[in-house]
Amino acid sequence: MSTSGNGPRGNGNGNKPIVEQAVSADSEIGSAVSGKIAPPPGQLKKADFISDQEVRWCPGCGDYAILNNVQKVMPELGIPREKIVFVSGIGCSSRFPYYMNTYGFHSIHGRAPAVATGIKCGNPDLSVWVITGDGDALSIGGNHFMHAIRRNLDINYILFNNRIYGLTKGQYSPTSEFGKKTKSTPVGTIDYPINPLSLAIASESTFVARSIDIDVKHLGSVVEAAAKHKGISFVEVYQNCNIFNDHAFDQFAERSVRSDRVLYLEHGKPMIFGKDRDRGIRMNGAHPEVVTLGENSFNESDLLVHDIYLEDPSVAFMLARMEQPDFPQPVGIFRAIERATYEEMMVGQIDAAISKNGPGSLEKLINSGDTWIVE
Amino acid sequence: MSTVIETPAEQIEKNLQEVEAVTIRFAGDSGDGMQLTGTQFTNTSAVVGNDISTLPDFPAEIRAPAGSLPGVSGFQLNFSSQDIKTPGDQPSVLVAMNPAALKVNLPDLEDGGTIIVNTDGFTKENLKYANYAANPLDDGSLAGYRVHKLPITTLNMNALKGNVELSRKEIDRSKNFFALGVLYWLYDRPMENTLNWISAKFGKNPELAKANEIALKTGYNFADTTEVFTTHFTIKKAKIAPGKYRKITGNEATALGFVAASQLAGRPLFYGSYPITPASDILHELARHKSFGVKTFQAEDEIAAVCSAIGASFVGQIGLTGTSGPGVALKQEAIGLAVMTELPLVIINVQRGGPSTGLPTKTEQADLFQAVWGRNGECPAIVVAPATPADCFHMAIEAVRLAFKYMSPVFYLSDGYLANGAEPWAIPEIADLPKIEVTFANDPANFMPYARDPETFARPYAIPGTPGLEHRIGGIEKQHITGNVNYDPENHHLMVKLRQEKIDRAANDVPLVEVFGAPKGKVLVLGWGSTYGSISTAVEKLQSEGKSVSSAHLRYLNPFPRNLAEVLGGFETVIVPEMNLGQLATMIRAKYLVDAVAFSKVKGRPFQIREIVRKVEEYL
Repeated sequence: MSTSGNGPRGNGNGNKPIVEQAVSADSEIGSAVSGKIAPPPGQLKKADFISDQEVRWCPGCGDYAILNNVQKVMPELGIPREKIVFVSGIGCSSRFPYYMNTYGFHSIHGRAPAVATGIKCGNPDLSVWVITGDGDALSIGGNHFMHAIRRNLDINYILFNNRIYGLTKGQYSPTSEFGKKTKSTPVGTIDYPINPLSLAIASESTFVARSIDIDVKHLGSVVEAAAKHKGISFVEVYQNCNIFNDHAFDQFAERSVRSDRVLYLEHGKPMIFGKDRDRGIRMNGAHPEVVTLGENSFNESDLLVHDIYLEDPSVAFMLARMEQPDFPQPVGIFRAIERATYEEMMVGQIDAAISKNGPGSLEKLINSGDTWIVE
Repeated sequence: MSTVIETPAEQIEKNLQEVEAVTIRFAGDSGDGMQLTGTQFTNTSAVVGNDISTLPDFPAEIRAPAGSLPGVSGFQLNFSSQDIKTPGDQPSVLVAMNPAALKVNLPDLEDGGTIIVNTDGFTKENLKYANYAANPLDDGSLAGYRVHKLPITTLNMNALKGNVELSRKEIDRSKNFFALGVLYWLYDRPMENTLNWISAKFGKNPELAKANEIALKTGYNFADTTEVFTTHFTIKKAKIAPGKYRKITGNEATALGFVAASQLAGRPLFYGSYPITPASDILHELARHKSFGVKTFQAEDEIAAVCSAIGASFVGQIGLTGTSGPGVALKQEAIGLAVMTELPLVIINVQRGGPSTGLPTKTEQADLFQAVWGRNGECPAIVVAPATPADCFHMAIEAVRLAFKYMSPVFYLSDGYLANGAEPWAIPEIADLPKIEVTFANDPANFMPYARDPETFARPYAIPGTPGLEHRIGGIEKQHITGNVNYDPENHHLMVKLRQEKIDRAANDVPLVEVFGAPKGKVLVLGWGSTYGSISTAVEKLQSEGKSVSSAHLRYLNPFPRNLAEVLGGFETVIVPEMNLGQLATMIRAKYLVDAVAFSKVKGRPFQIREIVRKVEEYL
């Protein structure tokens, strides 16, 4: 009988070139890591968070502004660089971790929240960030979106919403407006879009916020607040894709109209907007309405006062549903409530078991149950 | 196999007769508690020192319509004073609680075997349900068997009525303990073990505890005094290697093995899983071991389960996920991610009948290809497979050891038969267990995420939290050494080959495959996984008849042991019995150019010893 120990997938004996190539560092290959220990948290600068990788987004992409902002916020958080992990799925936004000089994991389409869950449970000391897009989070990863949020892991979850599929070159996304004509919908979509904030609130998110890529200051403050919230922090960022869905948010985000058409939510403040800060939101029965201060004797005391700490999500949900042109587009923190986090309860159960029974003994474990001796 | 000979019925004096081995099958409705009855009988038999092997066989439906054929649940137990490795080809005793149980199981009973029936279950309605035109207890169709007709429900009701404050329905539910009591007397087993179990299990419900206790004792005493039974049997302690033993199922051994691996590695275990038959018991078992720092995460789906395990691996935990075949199909993309990111990960696949939903509660070995080749791209992973329920413990440790050493996903292929089957386990000494080394990179000088160990080709394991080693990994092709995103054709070709080479090199860490019997001869029976018991028993039998047959059992399927080519070369014919259409046989043919004979059985049931004997005889 003939046998051959080495088929096409054999042990590779005599496959010397591979061995040599495997262990010899090519002199042309640059360093993948800075090789430097970062300064202590208090002395970290924005530059400490910029990786050596060339950023490969299209020129003019809204992602640059978000990256820049996150890098700027990082030193403010007081977290050592090695304790920060960025996790992403697939899509343009999901390249984000490569550009952060922290630990990073560019995972697979839609699954970043699940990978992040394992990371956070495995080491609750880490500051874990999920970077995702509207397709990644709401289409292929819809299930993980809902479940990671309801578990309230202490994770910062930033969704770049450009209402289009960019990396696959221009198909509609779950947030594309109804009737949108794209490559895959030449006569218009027949999908009703989903509202990411509605979904996050319905999924019991303890922190819900929204900002706009080009509203630099606001975005920075929202990202910082998200990072400081203990529990899941969900942030939707309107992000312009200048190649496949340019001007998607111009209607309210464009600088010249922004103050008239965007409502900046601030905790404890009445909901006022407008260039002249003369309009506001009040409740008319169960419905919100836009009123002009001074008209029909409306004044500030008639307006809804924003309260991010309401346990009842109804108002946050209502605000999340307001949109142009009937309402100003609300941005800011919609909701920030406290709830025990998943990982602290997980660790708590382990600690409780250990304090009750002592640390596990393998000897005892394998000798448990009905045993007998054979002599 | 035992020979059951009864003394004439008129003799009231009871005989105690010694037999070597008995195979009993308990069968009833899935709500009749047959799994429980079988398990109790097994535990007691193990504790009295018999060798045991079990085969639970239950429907996928939790409570199929009472009395129906699909609702029949069975539990087969082989107990012996000899070393046994299978639950027995054919039961010699059948306990049937209703006509459906009789109908389904009678074809398996050996000729002249013993039937114990609950005559109360043989109602007109149940007979009709089981498609019996006439009552088989009366029509002479069971003439070839020794039939004991007991009105178990009535006897149990008479014993309990007035003694416990329970409804009729609740009382009837304890009738399986009455039957167990009868069997305990018949096979000379002590009741103590089960009585202890009852008081522990039903401690919070004293009436139920009392009912079950009375049922058990009454069953025992009834059998002792009734004229129905004139002889009972005793089975001596088995002559097995000295040591301390416990009974263990494959799923229990798997869970304990991974807890042990965590202790041996000094790394916490993270188990991400989504409930699926027949793997869920591993999740249940691991969830109980929080004092070992075990973190169990019931994920929203199979994909989240594996992804969470990968995340946990990334931060230095033992990332473990467990499922059955359909779940593995869902996890494969993520397993590819773990191959690309070269992270340790263990995937338990408790295989069941496929494809698709298939036979959820039945066993099969048809996921070998899925483990070895089931992902997009050239995507090699290590594959191991335990051979017996107790071996699950050892192979779990091996899976973790290899995952860390080679920074690779490792498939751990169990199956429904191993998972639910039980056998005695010689409890190992902790000191004899292998050490699992986990080394983390911590030196920022010259750190390269994809530089390779010159021996194993594993990349360094740099976990978040380590200062100066901040780096990014992901599913896009990596540049050799730096790990940066890279699309260069030469680099891709190299990386594909390096990933394969790394897995090939794991062969250096895989024990040589052992040949049972002569190293050269006419036939080699080559197996993997749960076929071990049937194959080795069949081959031993043939060897005792002087036949030129040897066997070898693979517990490492990718890479294969280094000496496998040499072993295969020693035989004229290689027969590969598998519960699939010849997956290992195909791999053997492809890799070693050996004309291996695939011997397939894909019936959701393990091989019988005699099936293998007959197949081998064709080639002698």
